[in-house]
Amino acid sequence: MNRTMAKVERKPRAAEALSDERLRELFREMLLIRRFEEKVEERFRAGELPGFLHVAIGQEAVATGVMAGLEEDDTIMSTHRAHGHTLAKGTHPNAIMAELYGKLEGCSHGYGGSMHLYDVANGMLGANAVVGGGLPQVTGTALAYQFRKQPRVCVAFFGDGATNTGVFHESLNLAQLWRVPALFVLEMNGWAESTPLHQHVPIEDLSQRAVAFGMRSIDVDGQDVEAVYAATREAREHAVSGEGPVFLNVRTYRLVGHYIGDPQVYRDKEEIEELREHKDPIELLRARLELSDDELESLDTEVTGIVEASVEFAKAGTDPDPEDALKYVYA
Amino acid sequence: MPELTYREAVRDALSSAMREDEDVFVMGEDIAEMGGSMGVTQGMLAEFGPERVRNTPISEMAIVGTGIGAAMQGMRPVVEIMYQDFLTLSMEQLVNQAAKHRTMSGGQLKVPLTIRTQGGAGWSPGAQHAQQVEAWFVHVPGLKVAFPSTPEDVRGLLWSAIYDDNPVVFFEHRLLYPLKGEVPEQLEPIPFGKARIMREGTDVTVIAIGRMVPEALQAAEEAEAEGISVEVLDPRTLLPLDEEAIIRSVQKTNRCVTAHEAVTRGGFGAELAAVVQGGAFDYLDAPVERVGAKFAPLAFAPAMEQWVVPHAADVLAAIKRTVARAA
Repeated sequence: MNRTMAKVERKPRAAEALSDERLRELFREMLLIRRFEEKVEERFRAGELPGFLHVAIGQEAVATGVMAGLEEDDTIMSTHRAHGHTLAKGTHPNAIMAELYGKLEGCSHGYGGSMHLYDVANGMLGANAVVGGGLPQVTGTALAYQFRKQPRVCVAFFGDGATNTGVFHESLNLAQLWRVPALFVLEMNGWAESTPLHQHVPIEDLSQRAVAFGMRSIDVDGQDVEAVYAATREAREHAVSGEGPVFLNVRTYRLVGHYIGDPQVYRDKEEIEELREHKDPIELLRARLELSDDELESLDTEVTGIVEASVEFAKAGTDPDPEDALKYVYA
Repeated sequence: MPELTYREAVRDALSSAMREDEDVFVMGEDIAEMGGSMGVTQGMLAEFGPERVRNTPISEMAIVGTGIGAAMQGMRPVVEIMYQDFLTLSMEQLVNQAAKHRTMSGGQLKVPLTIRTQGGAGWSPGAQHAQQVEAWFVHVPGLKVAFPSTPEDVRGLLWSAIYDDNPVVFFEHRLLYPLKGEVPEQLEPIPFGKARIMREGTDVTVIAIGRMVPEALQAAEEAEAEGISVEVLDPRTLLPLDEEAIIRSVQKTNRCVTAHEAVTRGGFGAELAAVVQGGAFDYLDAPVERVGAKFAPLAFAPAMEQWVVPHAADVLAAIKRTVARAA
């Protein structure tokens, strides 16, 4: 690849198409994430969940599509909005819900909470509550794969707000300079908490920021799980072949507030309604698969049962001893 | 026993680890062809190649953050932050990330990363290339902090830092690099949390770190000429800290002076004083004296710089203040 002139690709070349059967599985995963997030909202409002929480309603196709395009040994690092990524990477809903309840059975054993989900054995290297904070660690993890000649990628998830941090630029520059096998997945939902894109960046096309480092960038419709999957396959192949990292500029929509309970005074209510009607990735995939009401209801009953069971599991979990707080300060 | 300079001792620890272990590599600004701004990594590029002796962009957050990522995968990176003043630029990765991954993950992750850095006054670099900030990191659970003062200690402790499963901020002092000292034939790892009595004495304990260790030894000699017997203790690692050795020494001497080049206010001497009063309160015959830099950004002109930072004479004056108190 030319060292300085990278181009943005609007349409990734076709990866192997997903079968309808596989797409149905992805639909089920997306629905599971949706029902999980709705349950989290409900339990938070009921006063059962400590801390503060961010749900990814509207962004399910990004998590599901990227993870469908990865191989088992690939790893991810996520953001404060991490439940969907973690579920899609394969962590059991029980372990995530138990973490939100602060239980030892949680995926971070009660030490992390919603914004610090970890499941290292499953390739989830941590959700980061400092915007942009995980990015150089993704570069470094990918550097270790390069050192060891392992055909793996490490994936960074981050939002448009993160592209304004200094560490974003340092991390992408270094990743491209050293051609490490990393994927930088921008979940471009147009909001940095309550601040709209036009108030926090002077450009509209954030892929330019990756292209400026000579990095390959692919634009993706984040409400279309097939497109996300195809772009991820393409990007992964590029990265593991030694050609360097890829930036995925994924346009998506946050159909809810920044955090649970966010009154969204900064946002037009009609706009949200409109997006929910036209940009809901689950509705879009349902239409694409022509799922009947019966089929939908059957899937919904199944995933809702899983989510309900995760709450039961979490509530029955073990509270840590207060003194356990000192257990993992040092290895 | 062979002699090495402090600089050669650092290089020897790095090179020895890299010869034995493919998981160890070094990266930082200007460390390859140039051999580092202090010449510490000179010759290492030729031996180990550009993959393992990596020049980086001027990106301190990414230098540390990339090191964290590689360490999370089980490698043992040693990253160099050219001047400790520039640790400020990597603070987020050090404090929020490296120090916290293990706890936040409930014990799933380890970050065996070493962050080498250096600094210190004495050559008129001005306010942004000579601070001593070791105390900042002692306040962060999850980090370890070392500040060796001799060639033997810097070599043995750097080895231990590389093989520690936790992030270690490893301080070297610019003025110590050319100092020579005897080292064991074979590299001997030195455990963290073990102080070294540099000189035995009976009237007052001086707890000194970094450049203030040789300054304290000089002050001790001058004090001896005046009939005052001074014990000099170098904790070598600040986190963990060998509190037992400190308390034992002060229980013997009944007086204590702390000495570091960093500003006195909020400096590591305050922590040492707290340890001493907690463990040897009934033994103390005088208040703990703290020696450190005056509270000012370091001025450029040599006369001002020399006046702001402490020297042997300041340690000697503090020693005399403590022994002047009636027992």
